[in-house]
Amino acid sequence: MRRLLGRELRLAWRHASDTAAALLFFVIAATLFPFALGPDAKTLSAIAPGIVWVCALLAALLPLDRLFGADFEDGSLDLLLLSGLSAGGVAAMKTLAHWLTTGLPLLLIAAPLAVMLRMPAEAVPMLLLTLLPGTMLLSLLGTMAGAITLGARRSAVLMPLITLPLMIPVLIFGCAAVTSPHPEAPLLMLAAMLALALPLAPLAGGAALRAAAE
Amino acid sequence: MFRGERLVFRDVGFAVPAGGALLLRGPNGAGKSSLLRAVAGLTPLAAGRILWNGEDALDDLPTHAKRIAWLGHLDAVKLALSVGEHVADAAALAAVGLESFRDLPAKLLSAGQKRRLALARVIASKAPLWLLDEPTNGLDARSIAMLGAVFARHMQGGGMIIASTHTPLDLPEAGTLNL
Repeated sequence: MRRLLGRELRLAWRHASDTAAALLFFVIAATLFPFALGPDAKTLSAIAPGIVWVCALLAALLPLDRLFGADFEDGSLDLLLLSGLSAGGVAAMKTLAHWLTTGLPLLLIAAPLAVMLRMPAEAVPMLLLTLLPGTMLLSLLGTMAGAITLGARRSAVLMPLITLPLMIPVLIFGCAAVTSPHPEAPLLMLAAMLALALPLAPLAGGAALRAAAE
Repeated sequence: MFRGERLVFRDVGFAVPAGGALLLRGPNGAGKSSLLRAVAGLTPLAAGRILWNGEDALDDLPTHAKRIAWLGHLDAVKLALSVGEHVADAAALAAVGLESFRDLPAKLLSAGQKRRLALARVIASKAPLWLLDEPTNGLDARSIAMLGAVFARHMQGGGMIIASTHTPLDLPEAGTLNL
């Protein structure tokens, strides 16, 4: 598993433009809002958590269609399934690779972006704390959707259509935790959703990979 | 066995002893690749079993996968990685004549060299059963002759080979299964 993950990260490093594209998309999409709404600090700071959350979700979707797509097209998927890992293990490894190469960088860049959107500095740690399970959940559900749509026509369109509705509860509780005076309950909800998706999403993704490889 | 709704083949039986080889022959679409995928556990059988030492091999797919070195009809070569990053084993690279290309990015290889790199990955694995789908695709006569020696060495060590092929392979003691 570590060998496969190392190979995956090395490939991501060679294709660093994919990660950079997701990060730049995140920054540019979030930057558009002050231009559209005006520079009023009160308005911006009220909607900043929502902007950061939604833009991070959309940015993290960008590299997902290549996550399995490239391996499917060049025959590497068969080798991954014959690597001695279970199919669910392969999906879990891909999920971890996606989070390390996309989720984590997005998380790091979210802080300066939130400050730029006039979010009060004391609220930023809570935003990052919600984005931590948020990006993990997106990696889990996105990998699952990427495996399900593998080999389908127009999978790049189908994949967000599966992932984004599933992310709605995560978005609701994530943003609620940032803005609410009592963030414990929504944070616990996020943790519960993570605990649910952690075993189930790789299992479903693995089953979908097996079906795609048939 | 079915691919989609289509029955590809039925009533197929064969056995490969340790140190033995089996060649799959038949026209395009006869099911040679499908049979290889079934033996690897990638495609499920509609009916029937695949036995390994008398036990059902497909019961435990991750364990079964460790017995197999797979060469599909695609080379599974990542263009962004170098030759040495695909196959670290120098002896395996030498066996297919790629030892001097170790630091070369795979995107600079020709189609035949990519095929040889994929073969080197099979040689480098310690798996006893090699499943090869058209291993000579894109190879020149010299490389095909080189493969004969590699196959012989693998089988001398008790290894097994199941290969689908249209071109004659240098496997003198191989059985043939016509699909």
